[in-house]
Amino acid sequence: MRVQAAIDVAAPPELVWDFVADPTRYLHFMSGITRWEVASEQARGCGARYRTLMRVGSAEVGGLVEVVEHAEPFDLAWTSVTGIDQRGRWRLRERRSDPTRPARTHVELRLQYGVAGAGLLGWVAEQVAAPAVRENLRRSLHELKRQAEHEQARATVAARRAAQR
Amino acid sequence: MGTQTANARSRNGHKPGSRPFAVSEDAFGEHDSDRRADNGPNPVERFVKAIAGAIGSRVPVADLDERDPDYIRESLPAQWLLASLWFRGEVRGLGNIPEEGPVLLVGNHSGGNMSPDSLVFTLAFSTYFGVERRFHQLAHNLVLSMPGLGFLRKYGTVAASPQNAERALKSGAAVLVYPGGDHEVHRPSWEASTIDFDGRRGFVRLALEHDVPIVPVVSIGGQETALFLSRGEGLSRMLMLDRLLRLKVLPISIAAPWGLNVGDMLGHIPLPAKITIEVLPAIHLREQFGPAHDADEIYDHVTTTMQETLDALAAERRLPIIG
Repeated sequence: MRVQAAIDVAAPPELVWDFVADPTRYLHFMSGITRWEVASEQARGCGARYRTLMRVGSAEVGGLVEVVEHAEPFDLAWTSVTGIDQRGRWRLRERRSDPTRPARTHVELRLQYGVAGAGLLGWVAEQVAAPAVRENLRRSLHELKRQAEHEQARATVAARRAAQR
Repeated sequence: MGTQTANARSRNGHKPGSRPFAVSEDAFGEHDSDRRADNGPNPVERFVKAIAGAIGSRVPVADLDERDPDYIRESLPAQWLLASLWFRGEVRGLGNIPEEGPVLLVGNHSGGNMSPDSLVFTLAFSTYFGVERRFHQLAHNLVLSMPGLGFLRKYGTVAASPQNAERALKSGAAVLVYPGGDHEVHRPSWEASTIDFDGRRGFVRLALEHDVPIVPVVSIGGQETALFLSRGEGLSRMLMLDRLLRLKVLPISIAAPWGLNVGDMLGHIPLPAKITIEVLPAIHLREQFGPAHDADEIYDHVTTTMQETLDALAAERRLPIIG
């Protein structure tokens, strides 16, 4: 099952990337996520592993995932090592229609999940879980947007003050 | 585990040659009355003994290696559907379970022979820690010998005996025990909010002997899946099931689809009651009670703590079944 959500954020990709590439921030903006812990010596980049859990229905599902693509500041993808099968991807793309205006970022969050070998009931479970997972992704992006734009506004004000001195 | 020789292998942890259901000491502190000597068989007793023998021959040999992580993983979606849609399961506090190493999970048991507690908790444990973490559940012999329930062994379910519990803990597994067993699981529905282990202290001894933490697991809702009327202890004694099948109860309930349900041997369709489970912080016995520990004190502490939590969970519930 593949679910995805997208949103435009009024901040440059580099700033949004700081959020999505930092595993310590996930619990602060990812809805439904109850665990996102570094499980390898390497905290970021390809090969970094995280223990992840998302509450869906009556269980917290997830497992150990590994970052398999880390193209700063555009793409970050992970795949499951243990637990349910999953692939996730953050896709950040700059949207700048007017060069005189600040950059915006189109953010996509994709998640594919399932349990290989689970048969028909597995398919049914994926369909039943989809609305809850989709809602978690949607809320996560809204929270990411709120936090990133707040951070951008703070940076803008700080820069303006520095220029005035 | 799987390489035991036939001679060394005991049936479900009991000594070879002994009566399959008459163990010298139950893992959770059976009473002395269970060890009464036979007074000479009468026809009824011979009949029940024959049934006991037939069932005993069905009890699978305990082999911890029968637990199959791949099978568990592939069945997670089905469990999730049942636990989420039918029982609206909610499990809190899984983070209180130590991340690794052996641990004794002590739960209260509800819901008759179709207890939903185990399903909801097993799913939550498997998804939280991953199916790779060893996890065994101790169950009554009769459960494991029932036709159609052989798949439980793939989930790591083994017969409740001190030997099986010891082997599981030594393998580093998390072990789920229900000390109240058949006594508690068939308690009347109006006692749903009561922890009733019937004085069975075997789990304390087990935790002390193996120096493993006890993690209480308190659940509510199971006793609302049917209307449980009586344990039928008198009926069980009259039919000598207590002596021959370790069945001290012959429960009487009103349950779908049977209506009046005596024995619950064929199970029933549980009503879709909301199941809420709360996992409490681990109790490290030697740290908390010192080297001069008192089993009674520990037992009282565990049951009192669980009762307080169950009272709180009961206070949260507004309506039966709906939760």
